[in-house]
Amino acid sequence: MAVLLLAEINDGELAMDATAKAVSAVKSLGDVTILAAGASAKAAAEAAAKIDGVAKVLVAEDDLYGHRLAEPVSALIVSLAGDYSHIVAPATTDAKNIMPRVAALLDSMILTDVSAVVDADTFERPIYAGNAIQTVKSKDEKKVMTIRTSTFDAAGEGGSASVEETATAEDPGLSEWVEDAMAESDRPELTSAGVVVSGGRGVGSKEDFAIIEKLADKLGAAVGASRAAVDSGYAPNDWQVGQTGKVVAPELYVAVGISGAIQHLAGMKDSKVIVAINKDEEAPIFQVADYGLVGDLFQIVPELTEKL
Amino acid sequence: MKVLVPVKRVIDYNVKVRVKADGSGVDLANVKMSMNPFDEIAVEEAIRLKEAGKAEEVVAVSIGVKQAQETLRTALAMGADRAILIVAADDVHQDIEPLAVAKILKGVIDEEQPGLVIAGKQAIDNDMNATGQMLAALLGWSQATFANELDIDGDHAIVKREVDGGLQTIKVKMPAIVTADLRLNEPRYASLPNIMKAKKKPLDEKTADDYGVDVSPRLEVVKTSEPEARKAGEMVPDVDTLVAKLKEKGIV
Repeated sequence: MAVLLLAEINDGELAMDATAKAVSAVKSLGDVTILAAGASAKAAAEAAAKIDGVAKVLVAEDDLYGHRLAEPVSALIVSLAGDYSHIVAPATTDAKNIMPRVAALLDSMILTDVSAVVDADTFERPIYAGNAIQTVKSKDEKKVMTIRTSTFDAAGEGGSASVEETATAEDPGLSEWVEDAMAESDRPELTSAGVVVSGGRGVGSKEDFAIIEKLADKLGAAVGASRAAVDSGYAPNDWQVGQTGKVVAPELYVAVGISGAIQHLAGMKDSKVIVAINKDEEAPIFQVADYGLVGDLFQIVPELTEKL
Repeated sequence: MKVLVPVKRVIDYNVKVRVKADGSGVDLANVKMSMNPFDEIAVEEAIRLKEAGKAEEVVAVSIGVKQAQETLRTALAMGADRAILIVAADDVHQDIEPLAVAKILKGVIDEEQPGLVIAGKQAIDNDMNATGQMLAALLGWSQATFANELDIDGDHAIVKREVDGGLQTIKVKMPAIVTADLRLNEPRYASLPNIMKAKKKPLDEKTADDYGVDVSPRLEVVKTSEPEARKAGEMVPDVDTLVAKLKEKGIV
């Protein structure tokens, strides 16, 4: 058995945390070959070659893969698929877009958001917004899956896998990139941050989200938000934590003005320590919090920022 | 242009999910069922395209148990013109996998020849997030997933997508598959007169066999279990205590 793993690469840079966690999830399944695809991917490939448990790295460097559009990247993966029993990627938005397309091209049923590997055919994944965990056994010859990285520890570094160039595949010519509106931030990336401070509807406005950001900056934390806060326009979509947003598992998660809807809890309940601040003592968030503080967030958060 | 919208009948998002004691799945007997929320957004977007003069007809399709016709009536009441029900399961507990759904939808599309398919990005039951992408693969069409904004421009669609780093805009060749994310629009409620009118709109009924698709699952469900519960901790009276507790744990 052998595994092909699509590395997460953004603008030529390897997302080490997501990729190394995916490697640790699947390395029991066989030799792991990493595919580094991008307009510039050599540096990312060299970085991926250092992940423990990686046997080989394939580099596909072409402008065609620069924005990781689903059609050309799936064509590339399918052209390489012959040698592998498992084709996997960390469950980022790029992979969620690409991998089901790969699976259908191979006539396999996709396994998304895999949270545990039981054996070569059997996997666990959360369903119903994390309200249930399903164990499924795949009958497909080739397993195509995305890995929910928050449940795995990152594989270490210290390996020295070989790096080889691989042929690019044909351009299906179906889609083009137009532009990115990506938030520039000095804060750590949300899914790999050690500390996350999130705000909910209780924060009340986009302007007042500044107090969440101040606390986050004091803690060197990433900023998150509940779906309600994003829907209300208080926070951008890429801050959303939850079943349909990002899934995080930091050392410390501070939930401010978040009631704790099931779909939000699904995105953060694997955090090591959860602190909840909410004016409603009945809020469900307190049922999962290690430390709960009832009161007015507009007094508590600035005070906490000052005293930390 | 004709727009096709696949809709799924799922447990209502307000219902508390209960795992069956024998571990065979989630209990769906006598539970309120509704249209998957992401699919409501997809239906709304299709209707708005029609209202803007960019689409002539909106066709809703559902695959599953016979009762999914209620879900299709909801789509018709919102403003879809007609509906196709494909009966592929007898038991509400039998979920048709995205690959089989995509194969059936491909059969429908070969007949209907829509210029655009708008689907929800994922169903809130199996949380697969796969049908749109798989359908695009089977048809050899372009795909624009997790749409935050959709604009049709002649033979292309310009789609703003919700991605990990923020928003990405892509231009895809039509015909295309678009999947709806949360912020694409706010779906309307069907008015009572429209609910009455929807009862008279055409609803065709077919079966998976009509499309020659084998719906037997590729993923065998070994068991379904409750997630590990997290224990509630303690309430602290003030900020000083909270800071002291966090320092004690060595977190800050």
